[in-house]
Amino acid sequence: MSNTNKPRLTAKETQALVGRSIRRRYWAERRFRAYGLSAVVAGMAFLVYLFFVIFSNGIGAFRQTQILLDVYYDPAIIDPLGTRKVEDLQAADYQAVIRAAMKARFPDVEGRAATRELTRLVSGSASFDLQRRVVSDPDLIGRRESQWLLASDAVDLFMKGHVERALPENQRPLSDSQFAWIDELRAEQAVALKFNKTFLTTGDSREPERAGIWGAVVGSFLTLLLTLLLSFPIGVAAAVYLEEFARRNRWTDLIEVNINNLAAVPSIVFGLLGLAVFIAFFGLPRSAPLVGAMVLTLLTLPTIIIASRAALKAVPPSIREAALGMGASKIQTVTHHVLPLAMPGMLTGTIIGMARALGESAPLLMIGMVAFIVDIPKGITDSATVLPVQVFLWSDSPERGFVEKTSGAIIVLLAFLVVMNTTAVILRKRFERRW
Amino acid sequence: MTAMWCALPALGVIALWLIFQDAIILKLITAQLPEGVRSLPADELSLVLNDVRNLVAGNVTAEVVDESVRAAATEYTRLRGISHMALTVLVMVMAIATVLFVRSRITPDLRARNRVEQVVEWMLLACSTIAVFTTIGIVLSVAFEAMRFFAIINPLDFVFGTSWSPQMAIRADQIGSSGSFGAVPLFAGTALISLIAMFISVPIGLYSAIYLAEYAHPHFRTWAKPLLEVLAGVPTVVYGFFAALTIGPALRGWGESIGLDVASESALAAGLVMGIMIIPFVSSLADDMISAVPQSLRDGAYALGATRSETIKQVVLRAALPGIVGGVLLAVSRAIGETMIVVMAAGLAANLTINPIEAVTTVTVQIVTLLVGDQEFDSPKTLAAFALGLVLFLVTLALNVLALHIVRKYREQYE
Repeated sequence: MSNTNKPRLTAKETQALVGRSIRRRYWAERRFRAYGLSAVVAGMAFLVYLFFVIFSNGIGAFRQTQILLDVYYDPAIIDPLGTRKVEDLQAADYQAVIRAAMKARFPDVEGRAATRELTRLVSGSASFDLQRRVVSDPDLIGRRESQWLLASDAVDLFMKGHVERALPENQRPLSDSQFAWIDELRAEQAVALKFNKTFLTTGDSREPERAGIWGAVVGSFLTLLLTLLLSFPIGVAAAVYLEEFARRNRWTDLIEVNINNLAAVPSIVFGLLGLAVFIAFFGLPRSAPLVGAMVLTLLTLPTIIIASRAALKAVPPSIREAALGMGASKIQTVTHHVLPLAMPGMLTGTIIGMARALGESAPLLMIGMVAFIVDIPKGITDSATVLPVQVFLWSDSPERGFVEKTSGAIIVLLAFLVVMNTTAVILRKRFERRW
Repeated sequence: MTAMWCALPALGVIALWLIFQDAIILKLITAQLPEGVRSLPADELSLVLNDVRNLVAGNVTAEVVDESVRAAATEYTRLRGISHMALTVLVMVMAIATVLFVRSRITPDLRARNRVEQVVEWMLLACSTIAVFTTIGIVLSVAFEAMRFFAIINPLDFVFGTSWSPQMAIRADQIGSSGSFGAVPLFAGTALISLIAMFISVPIGLYSAIYLAEYAHPHFRTWAKPLLEVLAGVPTVVYGFFAALTIGPALRGWGESIGLDVASESALAAGLVMGIMIIPFVSSLADDMISAVPQSLRDGAYALGATRSETIKQVVLRAALPGIVGGVLLAVSRAIGETMIVVMAAGLAANLTINPIEAVTTVTVQIVTLLVGDQEFDSPKTLAAFALGLVLFLVTLALNVLALHIVRKYREQYE
């Protein structure tokens, strides 16, 4: 490497040159390393921020505002004819009962408009609670009791600190006089945030204070259970065939390429398949967990097959040879020896696939699981919705109260996912075997 | 052996019976309905039959139930009872017959185990072909509906047209909404959002993969890697909500403070959040690829006096490049097919623009918008969704095949 045009550097000059370049190179090294670290930190910061936003928004969904009222079950309103028949009790005007109770609480409120404003503090659906109480126990009629009633959406938001009192009156959901009443109730501790049982035990509703996730949880459960029942046996069977029986030829190559590609097909395309084949062609009911489960089965099968094959591959051939040597047939070898050893790995893969299916919503939109459904689904052909789709539906609602409900539903969904993934990790840790 | 021969034919009979039972009973009932009802057009007839079925199931739909419908319902119940009885008898007889038949066949020479295993193997094979049938099903169903769409709309207009407004006129004399199906704005919107997502996820994913694979202490790695992968496990609907609730308004606020008019459903918001979602895909794939580079290459570079970062940049990354490109392609196909984030955070207006602060729409958003709600299978509006689905499927399939091919070639190189 002698360059004749340049004079040769002395040792000292070379040393200085190298020293300078070394400093520069070390700087570059440190910079590069810092980029890497900041990338990791950025990723985690996103994660933390995402969870922070969801939790800070959603934690309120598990509490709701209730108002303590002295309710008088006036026979003149509820059952003027005194029949005590269920139909009559159901048809009665319980809103009037609440109005009377509110008026009794604030006797100095006069005029229709003011009375209407006053009654609006209590949720419009509180009357259903009273109706249910009276129908189940008609003896209440004519009696007086202190009852916690569901507060309206606006009061709930105010109690949770989402309403600015300083805003001009027409820009906030509560009027000045309503604030005065709430303050009075608060002073006597007759309005309070309580644990929100409604949210966890009821179905969907148009009113945020009444909406619950139980319908979606049941729908998710039915769908997932069916998905598991369909996809686990098929997935394991397919993996066993490909790994233990199939000779390597074009046909099995084709199957393999197919499975790998299916794993990366956008989920919405599976929804299109479900819509065109299961609903339009076979005429299965729309919005049903049955169809949802069939679509999710196709979606999760590649995941399960790939994981199961990896688990089967991990079982050493010596076990198979020993079994075959003892006179076992191929099927006996597989079912008695290979499958039990590969089962933890297969289960782990299946749980991960199920977790993915639980969070999936796009294909379910396609097959119509987006309907507004109040009832809790009872079977696999009932109309139902699932948790992620419920999140999607609520996030579309304009009411401010639904933001909280949406985040609350996400928390529940994430809780299920955490449980499933932790189970998978524990399974893997506990049964992992190195041969 | 006996059990198998007993069960398989019987199960087959049950399945066939249950499939055809309803159709046959309905035929019989239709024949019994009054003449006036029977001559109704097909769809009205099916309405009547639906009433019958509802009555049987116990949900009374109509207030006043027609007498003939009521009679038909009783008849339906009776026939179904008979049918179930007949089925039970038939299955029993078949089971007993096969048992007797098989008994007579069992001799010491019979290789029963081999026969049974043959059948089991066929069943396993059938299960493994479901993946193939799924692919065929996707292609056929989507392509079939897309063909019907292209019979109405010229494919060239679809692929090269620049105006997208799928609202068709409901009445013939309606003006102004003839419906145009030029999909270029959708393709452009999808590309724009995916590009933004890649701008976020590729640098962050790649740098974190490099850090985790080359620099990080094993201890740090064991908990940092799964934590990053949590990002991939969060349901996409959560990201969509996050984008719509937090990122969109925040970007709008920032834009206002520096005098920019950012649409609240901007491509930027959707792209940013999608980028966050894709980080773990890029990082874990790149991590695998970097770890697959043989240590000897690194040692060679160190021996020549290279620093660690120089080794990584000039040796490791170059060696891993094909694998990383494959991984990025997989991530791109993921971004293109992602639905929920864009449905919730991107707009519906089909703007043809490359400005990231405007609202754009994507292929998946349009599929969802066109198909959610009531639909019939003969309007171009519904069929357009399938045409878009076909494009989506083909593009992602091509990307996947290419990416998997590259990754496989790369793996073979170092094995």
